[in-house]
Amino acid sequence: MENIAEYIKEGRSDSWRIELRKSMKTKERTSYERVKMPEQDPHIRNKNSIEVNSGISEEMAIAESHRCLDCPAPTCTIGCPVGINIPEFIKKIEIRDFLGAATVIKETNALPAVCGRVCPQEKQCELSCFYTQKLHKPPIAIGNLERFSADYERNSGKMSIPNVAESNGIKVAVVGSGPSGLAAAGDLAKLGYDVTVFEALHEIGGVLKYGIPEFRLPNDIVDIEIESMRKMGVKFHTNFIVGKTASFDDLKEQGFKAFFVGSGAGLPRFMNIPGENFNGIFSSNEYLTRINLMKAAYDDYDTPVLFGKNVAVIGGGNTAMDSVRTAKRLGAERSMIIYRRSIEEMPARVEEVHHAQDEEIEFMNLHNPVEYFADENGRVNRMRIRKMRLGEPDASGRRRPIPIEGSEFDIAVDLVVVAVGVSPNPIVPSSLKDLKMTNWGTIVVDKDTMQSSIPNIFAGGDIVRGGATVILAMGDGRVAAAGMHKYLQEKVKAN
Amino acid sequence: MNKIVEKEFFSENVAKIVIESPDIAIIRKAGHFVIIRIDEKGERIPLTIADGDKEKGTITVVVQKVGVTSAKLLAMNEGEEILDIVGPLGHATHIEKKGTVLCAGGGVGVAPLMPIVKALKKAGNKVITVLAGRTKELIILEDEMRNYSDELIVMTDDGSYGKKGLVTAGMEEVIQREKVNMAVLIGPAIMMKFGSLTTKKYNIPTVVSLNTIMVDGTGMCGACRVSVGGKTKFVCVDGPEFDAFQVDWSQMMMRMGAYKMQEHEAYEKYLRTVETVA
Ligand SMILES: Cc1cc2nc3c(=O)[nH]c(=O)nc-3n(C[C@H](O)[C@H](O)[C@H](O)COP(=O)(O)OP(=O)(O)OC[C@H]3O[C@@H](n4cnc5c(N)ncnc54)[C@H](O)[C@@H]3O)c2cc1C
Ligand code: FES
Repeated sequence: MENIAEYIKEGRSDSWRIELRKSMKTKERTSYERVKMPEQDPHIRNKNSIEVNSGISEEMAIAESHRCLDCPAPTCTIGCPVGINIPEFIKKIEIRDFLGAATVIKETNALPAVCGRVCPQEKQCELSCFYTQKLHKPPIAIGNLERFSADYERNSGKMSIPNVAESNGIKVAVVGSGPSGLAAAGDLAKLGYDVTVFEALHEIGGVLKYGIPEFRLPNDIVDIEIESMRKMGVKFHTNFIVGKTASFDDLKEQGFKAFFVGSGAGLPRFMNIPGENFNGIFSSNEYLTRINLMKAAYDDYDTPVLFGKNVAVIGGGNTAMDSVRTAKRLGAERSMIIYRRSIEEMPARVEEVHHAQDEEIEFMNLHNPVEYFADENGRVNRMRIRKMRLGEPDASGRRRPIPIEGSEFDIAVDLVVVAVGVSPNPIVPSSLKDLKMTNWGTIVVDKDTMQSSIPNIFAGGDIVRGGATVILAMGDGRVAAAGMHKYLQEKVKAN
Repeated sequence: MNKIVEKEFFSENVAKIVIESPDIAIIRKAGHFVIIRIDEKGERIPLTIADGDKEKGTITVVVQKVGVTSAKLLAMNEGEEILDIVGPLGHATHIEKKGTVLCAGGGVGVAPLMPIVKALKKAGNKVITVLAGRTKELIILEDEMRNYSDELIVMTDDGSYGKKGLVTAGMEEVIQREKVNMAVLIGPAIMMKFGSLTTKKYNIPTVVSLNTIMVDGTGMCGACRVSVGGKTKFVCVDGPEFDAFQVDWSQMMMRMGAYKMQEHEAYEKYLRTVETVA
């Protein structure tokens, strides 16, 4: 991290930055209000799938950039898992060099348009912003500015394709096309490797495609990133499950010298309570996959999905918010979150919780399901829930939910989505006997290189961390690409 | 990619389809299945691999018209391509020498049974096969099965071919006659349920292959889940084969019917569009 800090500091003494700092008094900068992201009216948007946030204008972006004090020791960058040079890109916005801003972000973030939309900024850069920490004012809207820069670049038609080093002819494979795989593939291609991404599904993008809904992250945005990787020479092989369609050994025989495994945490957890297998009870993965990947809600697509009048979604994470808001958009009269802790403990992005509240989502916090009941066809029609209270903090630092005995009551439901977490996808680990795993089924790696116990296999993202975030997955992919490069270059030299 | 190289109708609603799929052809074993998606707007459906040819790089599936996707698939011609095929999925059948194995297939369940019969025979078992169908024209792959089995019994509900009676009658006949060490049943859920009630009476270890609703086939969604031995299992990754006596059959059948209404409506709509086009 130290050299990043150095590098970030260096830019601050460029003459244009010095000039810019002088051009406006700190007092004036801090006197402005934080920009407000324009959004669709909640009562309209909860019936459509168009993106909720419509993005800030150039003028809004510049106004927001004025607020940034270009701190001598910018703490925001420490909050960013991939160390984006935040002050530099914000100051580029201030001088109206929007394409320059995008270039700065892309030095360290391969998917800025995605991260600007889905990162939990309030727990990262914006949490450690000087405004939050010292001024106790709303932080600089770093996420909104990141999104603005990336969108500006995309809409300008001048999206830069990163420079690709001359081909070194070395074949490497990336397993899984989620954010970790895409980030690794991008960096490896830049370094001159011959990269093939293998993806089990028929679409590229992992959770970005099958999980996160259109109203939060339009597919087009992901597709454009994938297109630019294609232009960099990355090959994509869909419908290919490494460990099933071909083994790692088969791929080695085909000439692949090293592997990055970014196979995600695709195994949904259930609560194992009575009645959970009735019809109309889905894992969030199934519900969202049917709707996002298979487009089941459209009449002309063949995949079916069940619609509900009274929908209960169990959980308090992003997945739960996405499911409950999707159900509302598909016509639910009541669309409810049932979460065993209070709203403060919800792991979801704060913005999503707010958006959900505005969209008339009901929150039944401090409640937990205990049993489901069904009609004569096996379709769920009622659920029993129990009230909870909060006790002492547990290992996660959040206060532990404790059931209140005798507090059970029933509510009518005809669709339930279980969004209580995921476990690592076991396909890759079970196909590699020597791969060292944790007790939680994640792959053990060296943190600095993301190398696994098998020297030519590297891993990152949710398969290493359990359910994490897009930015962490992406960061892992980049660290792993560097690790693979080092490993392969040493091997080349040794030969 | 994924070109249909051969299509042969066994009856009006059942056909064998041979598809070019070299990667899968090389690696697949008895018991494996694939998931296919016909076109951009298609759904993902599982199909068990009935046969394969490594040299030609093809796999064979047998499809019965039961809804929109199977109808569309049967309407495709040789030379046309299926958009997506992924596999092989699921665990391969555990093949070992057991002695005498009774294999029973109902309807199109005979197709996935075929590679298992073949492999069991190759492993040195005495294989007695019962093929069952409602009526004569629904008995498929009879010659192939006769070839790979030591003995073949055909049962039809209406007595139009072979012996008259349900699959269980054919099974019972064998069990009463000689010692059976293991049974494999593949067919409609109801057939597997009653078939396994029969073998249970005689304490014969029995394996069934479940054909639940699926989406991804990689363990990612849980659409395929069913209770086995009191625990929820994902058929696509934990199965598709299970100990028949542990399967919660009523839950299995209930879950198979999850989209009955939608499927019916979609099929009606499909038939109407096909008629208009014609
Ligand atoms: C509904 C939902 C909403 C979310 N919202 C947010 C959010 O707002 N902000 C945020 O930061 N994070 C969010 N997350 C979490 C975030 O999406 C994940 O942490 C991130 O996608 C993990 O990336 P990954 O590359 O590790 O894996 P994934 O995105 O899971 O991708 C893994 C890919 O690998 C494929 N694969 C698996 N096994 C194989 C194999 N053997 N061969 C070939 N391919 C294989 C899978 O099909 C999949 O496409 C959300 C997650 C969900 C489910
Ligand atoms: S089909 Fe999705 S988990 Fe089995």
